[in-house]
Amino acid sequence: MSLNDLFGQIPGWGEYVPSFVQMLIIAFVPALLVVLAVLTPVGIMGVYAERRWSAFMQDRLGPNRVGLPIWFDGWQRDYTGKPWYIKLWGLGQGIADGVKLLGKEDFVPPGGDAFLFLSAPLVVFAGALGIFAALPMSDGLIAADVNVGVFYILAVGAVEIIGVLMAGWASNNKWSLLGAMREVAQVVAYEIPMAMTALCPVILVGSLQMTEIIAFQQGGLNMWGIDVVGPELAQWGLGWNLWRAFPVNVVAMVIFYICVLANLKRAPFDLPEAESELVSGFLTEYSGMRWSLFFLAEYGAMFALSGITATLFLGGWGSGPVFGALSLVPVETIDLGVGMLKWTTVAGIAEFSWKTVLLMLLMINIRWTLPRLRIDQVMSLCYKYFVPFAMGCILLNGLAAVMGS
Amino acid sequence: MGDGIGIQLAFFAFSALTVGSALLAATARKIVHSAFSLLATFFGVAGIYGVLGSDFMAVTQVVVYVGGILVLLVFGVLLTDRVPDEFQMKKPRNYVPAVIASGLTFVCLAWAITGTEWTRLPHMLKEVGEATPTTAAIGKSLLTDYLLPFEFASILLLVVLVGAARVARGGTR
Repeated sequence: MSLNDLFGQIPGWGEYVPSFVQMLIIAFVPALLVVLAVLTPVGIMGVYAERRWSAFMQDRLGPNRVGLPIWFDGWQRDYTGKPWYIKLWGLGQGIADGVKLLGKEDFVPPGGDAFLFLSAPLVVFAGALGIFAALPMSDGLIAADVNVGVFYILAVGAVEIIGVLMAGWASNNKWSLLGAMREVAQVVAYEIPMAMTALCPVILVGSLQMTEIIAFQQGGLNMWGIDVVGPELAQWGLGWNLWRAFPVNVVAMVIFYICVLANLKRAPFDLPEAESELVSGFLTEYSGMRWSLFFLAEYGAMFALSGITATLFLGGWGSGPVFGALSLVPVETIDLGVGMLKWTTVAGIAEFSWKTVLLMLLMINIRWTLPRLRIDQVMSLCYKYFVPFAMGCILLNGLAAVMGS
Repeated sequence: MGDGIGIQLAFFAFSALTVGSALLAATARKIVHSAFSLLATFFGVAGIYGVLGSDFMAVTQVVVYVGGILVLLVFGVLLTDRVPDEFQMKKPRNYVPAVIASGLTFVCLAWAITGTEWTRLPHMLKEVGEATPTTAAIGKSLLTDYLLPFEFASILLLVVLVGAARVARGGTR
């Protein structure tokens, strides 16, 4: 196609507008559905789980018990009477906080950079949303099964760094800027071992594509050149990349998971926010819905990266005890009236869900268990321990791939 | 053209994004705005790679330019002591060399673009926008035909890494 051909299209611009609108609809409707159907509920449930669990661990009543109060017997006198309320197991606190957030002023700090300040949450959110595009949730439930899936996941993480830097700079606040700089130093450092350990399953599979990685783990397990498990048992979870090249990928998965924690800036890696040192880091000046957009992005990314960990090392939706058990059900497809639903899709959703939710709950548990690291500990953990171990994992996986094939 | 129209419109959209944000980067009054508007430029270029069916290049573009160079650039801007926040060119200096350099670059690029027979490139013979896996081919040629340049680049990066550590530690130890 020459440039002439390309520009020759312009005079008839009018007739292409409908197809352009069509293209927009085709591209954006699935994306919107992903947001509405997955990210928002995941964010809300993640916040609820995190708050209730922390309240349970710390003996706080609010997020653990609060329901919807209807009437206090003695509210005119001293509020000490027995309240009558609808039991919601702590959800009442979440509803109250949601209403409070909606009512807050959309505030731009004086002296701050209004445009960058207002767009930073959107950039961070876009980074979290980008991960969902290549997240395989079940058979056929993947928005874009690109050839470079794993590489793409590692790339979109960079967008979030830029958003946080924007937020930190535009707030015109020394704590914000310090928080943003800590974030960048930490995330850039931990991207190295994260990419290296993500390479380990990729070496064994020989592809960066998400569906290939899942299909590979449904196959038989060959450990250092010896066939250990056949394909019929592999769907029960014995073909996971975790068991391949045996002790090596367990180490690789632990490193990958800790790097995910550091990339998400969750405790013990929450130096960019560090309440006791930096007020709230780059979040200090944010309020209301923009602040909650950061949190929606964080919980969305938690879910998505847990799912990626499960896909890379734990078979994704394609193999595991739940999938194996559900595969015994003699059903091929379910007729929904509007279309046919494959039974593997249903089983895949169940399998994917339990692994992802478990990894996410582990993140929450780690946050409320471990104290924050110092910056020198964070850096030495990454450069002195994770990078050499990750390099060793790559070498041994290469050896295993050669011996296995 | 049929299905090619969507691809072409995507190409124009990404080109407009690239050129528009690059113009913004060149003319913004705050240097921080220039740095951040490069985010859109780099994404536009990645999008063009994607449109042309070169998926690996598109993602590499994001990893290298957004994740590496842009972060470094913004850091440099933020850490530089007393960047004049609202800097404006009072009068253009080095006017003649700048025109010569950019003119030469433009001529070279225009010559390369018009001189290439695009239709005869192997990947243009396929349907427009049809993605073919390029990762394996790139990896193979890096480790066979282009092994020496690849290793030279690695050694260069290693030297830079050691040098950066040396400079950052400071002193004459």
